[in-house]
Amino acid sequence: MLEIAGISKRFGGLTAVADASLEVREGEIVALIGPNGAGKTTLFGIAAGFIPADAGSVRFADEEILGLPPHLVARRGLVRTFQIVQPFASLTVRENVAVGCQLHAGSRAAALGEAAEVARRVGMGDLIDRPASALTIAGRKRLELARALATKPRLLLLDEVMAGLNPTEIVELLPLVRAIRESGVTLLLTEHVMQAVMSLAERVYVLSDGRIIAEGPPAAIVADPRVIEAYLGRGAAQRLSRGGHA
Amino acid sequence: MKTPGLLALAVLLALVPLPLLVQSGFWLQFAIFTLYFALLGQSWNLLGGYGGQRSFGHAAFFGTGAYAAAVLQVDLGVNPWLCLGLAGLFGAAAGGFVGALSFRYGLRGSYFALVTLAFAEVFRIVADSVPFTGAGVGLQIPLRQTAANFQFHDKAGFYAVILALTALATAVAWWLENSRFGAELVAVRENEDAARALGIDVNRTKLWAIALSGALAGFAGSFYAQYFLYLDPRLAYGVEVSVTALLVPLIGGAGTVLGPLIGAVALRALNEISSTVTSGAPGLNLVLYGALLIAILAFLPDGLVSLIPRLYRSRLRNA
Repeated sequence: MLEIAGISKRFGGLTAVADASLEVREGEIVALIGPNGAGKTTLFGIAAGFIPADAGSVRFADEEILGLPPHLVARRGLVRTFQIVQPFASLTVRENVAVGCQLHAGSRAAALGEAAEVARRVGMGDLIDRPASALTIAGRKRLELARALATKPRLLLLDEVMAGLNPTEIVELLPLVRAIRESGVTLLLTEHVMQAVMSLAERVYVLSDGRIIAEGPPAAIVADPRVIEAYLGRGAAQRLSRGGHA
Repeated sequence: MKTPGLLALAVLLALVPLPLLVQSGFWLQFAIFTLYFALLGQSWNLLGGYGGQRSFGHAAFFGTGAYAAAVLQVDLGVNPWLCLGLAGLFGAAAGGFVGALSFRYGLRGSYFALVTLAFAEVFRIVADSVPFTGAGVGLQIPLRQTAANFQFHDKAGFYAVILALTALATAVAWWLENSRFGAELVAVRENEDAARALGIDVNRTKLWAIALSGALAGFAGSFYAQYFLYLDPRLAYGVEVSVTALLVPLIGGAGTVLGPLIGAVALRALNEISSTVTSGAPGLNLVLYGALLIAILAFLPDGLVSLIPRLYRSRLRNA
């Protein structure tokens, strides 16, 4: 459904993404992990049309979308959320979500009606008339998710939806993400919370210094020495396997 | 937000028979100027209040509409009523021109404000130097007081026109609050990246908003030209027009239907009081505008309109 091939991006002298390729098949939950600064958010930005790439291609539903502006990418059904939440602060939860609904809803009234439904789906039914600025971080993360869902995406790019949440909130959010997939939405997520990656993702890509260094099921990935070294430093895998400390 | 919108239109409707009730020319003139301020303010409000693109150069659109109306009827003999419509188109085109250039290059916030101010000044200098605007001497519209000529013997005619134009502007604001386009525009104001991610064409939305805003400013310019029958570059493109356009909604409440109406009443009242008290010392009204603006920003950042729900709530408490 999504094929990212050979994407490179430099910011001045800094190579953020170097020849990165990954593939997401319809109906999958795929995670993209990597240490801070590995280029995950940049890669997301490129896929969703927010950042131009220096080289490579992004194919979505068998069509090249690299170079399309973000609103056209979104209209094709590839919708992203933001790691740093971007609510429409002075609007209520319902009004926020309705903006997403408008992408396909016929009228404003229909969008507002549908927004209530989407808000309930992500567990924000009680907060519907609350201004977005009054929400907690967990609430804002859910709102970010609700707004993206409201566009009826085919592929959802979730950029660290779990970041900043406490363990209880994470456990509450996991079934929601699974329910989204059950409803027929394919998911690509970046995540630092390994608990979420392990329990959600079917396949994991590891990005380090802008390169994809490993790919596979979560259990194999966490045992992969290259991945351990990317996170903990050279030689860490060897020391761990000898039973010592990293 | 829906009730105040209807309330605003109801207030305007209730104002229709005013000329029959008020015999004094003073009050009728006060009403005309107030509505004219409200029209100008609502024009700014569409772009600055709902769209968050705060222009400091609405005179660019106002003046273009005013000159279009005047030049077309004086030099080409176009019917002044038709000129009113065309002034809207010219105002929209001026808005589209300024918008296309500044939005394309991503100018926002203070940069957008500065570039609009610069455009208004450029337009003023151009109007000062080309022949068909009468340059610095100004442009006189010949006096021919017939209704067919959009000139009226008595002020009631002008009153009816400005009331209709202001009602139209208010209806547009009310439509914004209840339409898809309005919701997209507000989303763009709140967060452009989030709006993009949800499939909104941010630049196109802003461009429509500035064209709409320019059209209403163009109407205001045409009305001004017909009312005073005289234009010069400073009157048409001067900073005072731009300042009025933004003060009215900021004082009344930007991004609301009622705000510009309330702001216009407040500003006109202040104007009348200052000219009575100081027997018309020039420039003093601007000093008072400034003082009022500071007071509003300090104590009522959402404008005078934010007093309404407060009063309503305190009445509920007391009941």
